Amino acid sequence: MSTLTIDKAGPTRKVKYGSMSRDRAWALRWSYFFLVLFALFSLTPPLYMLITSLKSSAEISAATNPWWVFHPTLSNYVELLTSNQFLRFFWNSAIVSIVVVIITMLISIPAAFALARMKFWGSATLATGVFLTYLIPDSLLFIPLFKMLAVVQDLTGITLLNRWYVLLFIYPTLTVPFCTWIMIGYFASIPKELDEAALIDGASWLQTLTRIFIPVALPGLIAATIFAFTVSWAQFLYPLVFTTSIDQLVLPVGITTTLIKGDVFNWGQIMTGALLGAAPPLIIYAFLMDYYIAGLTAGATKG
Amino acid sequence: MADAVVEQGRPIGAAGTRKRTSLRNVLGRKSTVAFLLTLPLIILIALLVLYPAVYSIHLATLNKSMQKFVGFGNFTFLFKRDTFWMVVKQSCIFAITAVFFKALMGFIVAHFVHNIPAKGQRKWRGMLLVPWVIPPAMSTLAWLWLFDPSYSAFNYTLSFFHIGPINWLGDNLWARFSVILVNVWYGAPFFMIMYLAALKSVPDQLYEAAAIDGANWWQKIWFITLPMMRNIIAITTLFSLIVTFANFDIVRILTSGGPLDQTHIFATWAFKVGIEGSDIPLGASVSLFMVPILAVAAIFILRDVSKRGNEA
Repeated sequence: MSTLTIDKAGPTRKVKYGSMSRDRAWALRWSYFFLVLFALFSLTPPLYMLITSLKSSAEISAATNPWWVFHPTLSNYVELLTSNQFLRFFWNSAIVSIVVVIITMLISIPAAFALARMKFWGSATLATGVFLTYLIPDSLLFIPLFKMLAVVQDLTGITLLNRWYVLLFIYPTLTVPFCTWIMIGYFASIPKELDEAALIDGASWLQTLTRIFIPVALPGLIAATIFAFTVSWAQFLYPLVFTTSIDQLVLPVGITTTLIKGDVFNWGQIMTGALLGAAPPLIIYAFLMDYYIAGLTAGATKG
Repeated sequence: MADAVVEQGRPIGAAGTRKRTSLRNVLGRKSTVAFLLTLPLIILIALLVLYPAVYSIHLATLNKSMQKFVGFGNFTFLFKRDTFWMVVKQSCIFAITAVFFKALMGFIVAHFVHNIPAKGQRKWRGMLLVPWVIPPAMSTLAWLWLFDPSYSAFNYTLSFFHIGPINWLGDNLWARFSVILVNVWYGAPFFMIMYLAALKSVPDQLYEAAAIDGANWWQKIWFITLPMMRNIIAITTLFSLIVTFANFDIVRILTSGGPLDQTHIFATWAFKVGIEGSDIPLGASVSLFMVPILAVAAIFILRDVSKRGNEA
């Protein structure tokens, strides 16, 4: 009986091996097939931006095949990049994002250092609080913030509403909690022996921070910087609420409000503007993809 | 250990000249340094997050001109309006459907990326994450143009299959479908990246053992992958639920709440009522309705995150 089953098992096992590798080959083929489909789905809008941005208004309104450019032209790019208004948006966005990144780092690195290394009264609560703050969305705070700015403006006489520089104070509320949170994670993972050695050698806390923590946690720092920059660059709700004059707008708001004039949609220019607006984060992503992804996953995996 | 070193050093120095060095002592104490280092953070959060949050509760109890206290007047007014209940319903439909499909799509795509040889994974992952990288306001403009009623690229393509033309953003159901579709497109890559990271941490031996026991692919997913990824799935879903529930950009640009307020969610309606309609107290009341759901999700996230912290 037993010999019989072994005999039987022999050949079937051989066939099984073959079918398993064949299964795997098919699984691979199906994986590629679906990946191509998903990649098409993911890349259709940005590709369509590119296609439309190369068309003239005449070609767009002629309603030829929307997926193909018959007479490619760079006129949209030339027009936008020579228009003072668009350059103003770009400049506003750039200056706001860069200054916000600097402010964010100045606030969150010392705070993360203190929360990760110096246990003090309420430090654990504060760390949790920082994380909770990250979960408070902008759409909950824009109305009270708008009213607060109006009240402060009335009290002090400093113009706050409809000025781009007010975004410099508001954006850090979006970037600082997350950056502090992931920096706490990175700092906490540095071995204690390193800063003990520095302390024994007579380094002050500041020196420990600048000579040891910042260099060792540099990858985390880059991830946090990228996060702060992309969030500031993409923010739409706050500038939409707080700024209205054309010379005060940042890029996302500028494109959506000025290029759409009533019912006349100049799609060639809108898509060019959108593509140019998407370019800085895309370029950063292309060069620093690993840091970008590290920052993305750190939020939930570091705790 | 570091604490001990610092603490030991101080009393010796302070013993002789106690009075003169008392200020330096306070400044040199570790807790004071720590407090000073976190002070900017505390000020920022207190002034621009906590205060506005409390202030919006105060605002919600005022009348439109913000001169009279009306208690729960704004809330009872909202409860009587059909539009409000429509917004509640649409917000829930929008958030739950979008998060579900984002999670599902992310899970499937993560598996496919995980399946292919390791050296090609980077390239695919790079392409599939692009929707998450583009600022949503910019990419939604591209979708708006894809959905355009007269020159719609989608309708053009569908006409080859004799389907359509579909009024993507003008029809109730299609408009709801469209805002969810764009949200799924934008958010699925985030799930994909999180799940991919989680998949990589599942030991291969488990699958090999299951294969020897004769498990099929479905059993492998159900009995190995899902239990191993439970924590990351929970956290990612709750995160996304918060972000999706509070979404503004996509709906605002795609439909501005139309047709006939059918696609409004809390954030866009609060904007319309509070800023465009300049009834700030009513707008504040509308956005406050997000708090209960956000709070519940936040509590669960916090529980999971602190649990992970204890394990580590």
